[in-house]
Amino acid sequence: MTPPTSTLAPPTVVSKRAVARTRRAGGWTRRVPLLPALIFVVVVTQIPFLLTVWYSLQSWNLLHPGTKHYVGLRNYRTIFSDEIFRTAVVNTVIFTVAPVILSIVIGTGIALLLDRKVFGRGLLRTLIVSPFLVMPAAAALVWKFTILDPVFGLLNFFLKPFGVHNVDWINSHSQATIITVLTWQWTPFMILIVLAGLQSQSQDILEAARVDGADGLRIFRSLTLPHLRPYLELGILLGSIYIVQAFDAIYMITAGGPGQKTTNLPYYLYEVAFRGFDIGRASAMGVVVVIATIVIATLALRLISSLFSDEGMAGR
Amino acid sequence: MNAAMTRPSCIPVRGKRQRAVQVVAAASIAACALAACSSSSSGGGSGSGGGGKTGTITVAVVDNPLMSTIEKLTPAGFAASHPGIKVKFVTLDENTLRDQVTKDVAAGGGQFDVVMIGPNDIPTWSKNGWIKDLTSDASDPNYDVNDIIKPVRDALSADGKLYAVPFYGESSFLMYRKDLLKAAGQTMPANPTWDQVAAIAEKLNNPAKGVSGICLRGKTGWGENLAPLNTVVNTFGGQWFNTNWDPQLTADPFKQAVNFYVDLIKKAGERGAANDGFNECLNNMEQSKSAMWYDATVAASTLDAPPSPIAGKLGFAPAPVVKTSAAGWLWAWALAIEGSSKHQDAAWQFMNWATSKDYVKYDAQKNGWAAVPPGTRVSTYQNPEYQKAAADFAALTLKSMQSVDVNHPGVADQPYSGIQYVGIPEFADLGTKVSQEITAAIAGQESVDSALSKSQGYANQVAQSYK
Repeated sequence: MTPPTSTLAPPTVVSKRAVARTRRAGGWTRRVPLLPALIFVVVVTQIPFLLTVWYSLQSWNLLHPGTKHYVGLRNYRTIFSDEIFRTAVVNTVIFTVAPVILSIVIGTGIALLLDRKVFGRGLLRTLIVSPFLVMPAAAALVWKFTILDPVFGLLNFFLKPFGVHNVDWINSHSQATIITVLTWQWTPFMILIVLAGLQSQSQDILEAARVDGADGLRIFRSLTLPHLRPYLELGILLGSIYIVQAFDAIYMITAGGPGQKTTNLPYYLYEVAFRGFDIGRASAMGVVVVIATIVIATLALRLISSLFSDEGMAGR
Repeated sequence: MNAAMTRPSCIPVRGKRQRAVQVVAAASIAACALAACSSSSSGGGSGSGGGGKTGTITVAVVDNPLMSTIEKLTPAGFAASHPGIKVKFVTLDENTLRDQVTKDVAAGGGQFDVVMIGPNDIPTWSKNGWIKDLTSDASDPNYDVNDIIKPVRDALSADGKLYAVPFYGESSFLMYRKDLLKAAGQTMPANPTWDQVAAIAEKLNNPAKGVSGICLRGKTGWGENLAPLNTVVNTFGGQWFNTNWDPQLTADPFKQAVNFYVDLIKKAGERGAANDGFNECLNNMEQSKSAMWYDATVAASTLDAPPSPIAGKLGFAPAPVVKTSAAGWLWAWALAIEGSSKHQDAAWQFMNWATSKDYVKYDAQKNGWAAVPPGTRVSTYQNPEYQKAAADFAALTLKSMQSVDVNHPGVADQPYSGIQYVGIPEFADLGTKVSQEITAAIAGQESVDSALSKSQGYANQVAQSYK
């Protein structure tokens, strides 16, 4: 909770050459302690990536030892003519966009409620954040067997008085199931971010607005929402980065089915690599996914940073 | 608290942003921690100690009831008499077990010492040297390898060498609630056909009371829904590949069989069948949510023995047929030693105990004779106490297991071995894809015709390398 320290040095009069000299000398003394971390990162991320690129040019199936050979770009051709791969791409987009939007909207709503002074607020906050702290695999099993099971599930039990029962939620609404579980899991993350934003809002301005006769909705639209913008943007960005890799819920609840309805890229990659043991094709898929992610992430980051600087300009 | 307020007008934005970054950083650290603990599930296995008779052995088993029994019995029954050996169990569901174990043996990972595999793995795994030849270990007269039921022993051997020893063996048969059939005025024929079974299932189906006529597997996985379905396909006269390796998944008998299976589930099957595998149906039966169940014979050891709430209420009939005289499958969950294991002697010590006559007796002392691992040893079936305790299903289990023909289970000749699976290494992937389509058909998300024509396409890709 300390105020952000200013990074601007006090204006001092030093000759330009002296500055350049100290910078050169200081550069390496500052960089050397970073080297172990840098080498570590290269070893655990870049070398495996290069290996993956190499594997992706091989025909290599672990189930047929001794048949590994170089095939050039054949694996890539197979992927792009693979119908399931295209389905998986579409599903990945659905399973990223829908949960992110839903969790940011619901998360903002709950954060606004939690920002009010109510009895037992601390306990309430802890409880509401808990879905994020449950292990994803365990949560998936609870959803699958305790809540959504058509015979023993709680949801059907509670809906029975309303004439809805024996609905096989997981199979008849498979995509909605996955979206619901992901939203449930990631809403607390959004709540945390938005709540922090709300609590940094100046009470004076809100009070001034109230004195000026603005009602709640008006205050929210004209003051709170603009104030929350960077928080919402960061929530969306980070949410997308995490949710695009969703695997646990799909693996545990639907196993990618029925058919390929809930097969997203991470799950399809798992199937090709660890059920088909087709290392060549799985590596090629991995490479394609990484390239696509880098392109999309670069565009998204650029968009978001431009939004930030826009706001910075407006602030001036 | 409100640093932003005291600063000039341009700063609040930055203060706000930094704050957002701090919050997010904290949140993402939490997220990373979660991700780490969820992905680092089962770590490396073999502990210290050389290749001798001692050390920690890691055993990968499937999460069926009899395996949780052995896990409970191991500390007192095995570890106490073998102080140098520590046994660590890794229990996984069927699909995950296959993925993990295949990955481990194929890559020589050495994560597991003892792995639980099935007959379909034996031909390729033995050829690749992924599992150890057990012939000389098992020739120990005390182990009495010839006591193992012959079809199972043959299924676990390749080129006359034994590569795995069965923990339990099974065929498939029909289990039904005698009391519910009687109340509905139905009788089960001694050798039922599928049409008769379907008719009885429709009579017993009672959605208002939450009781389904029959429980059938619909869960994705070649060892899940394809196991019972393939026995239906065989007896309808269908097959996966003809002798020229042409896929037959869109041929009439195959289509009829799948349509029959899917229709039966829709008319008289359990709710949510598309999610149900062996354990889910077992649960349905125990909770009296289903009146009949066509599945593995081993289920009887759990359902018809205390503390099961329906023990004694069950009747058993051979696998229903259409065009063949028998339709049961043959399966064994067997233990094998990974070729890359560093504790092969200790591993054999454990397997010797787990699949011995003594284990059967020890289990019987603790849990009663009806609950011992079935389908492995002739001596179990000759034991008068077992005959008495498992009177309802023991003889039928043995007969079903001995009536199978792994190389010719259907009507036409087939170029592969296997009843409820196709004995080729690609089947894990092919079977999973096809079973996904079947699950979609059962869930009503896709028509049987479209599911099968997609499946035919997958099978075509695999068949190319065999033609």
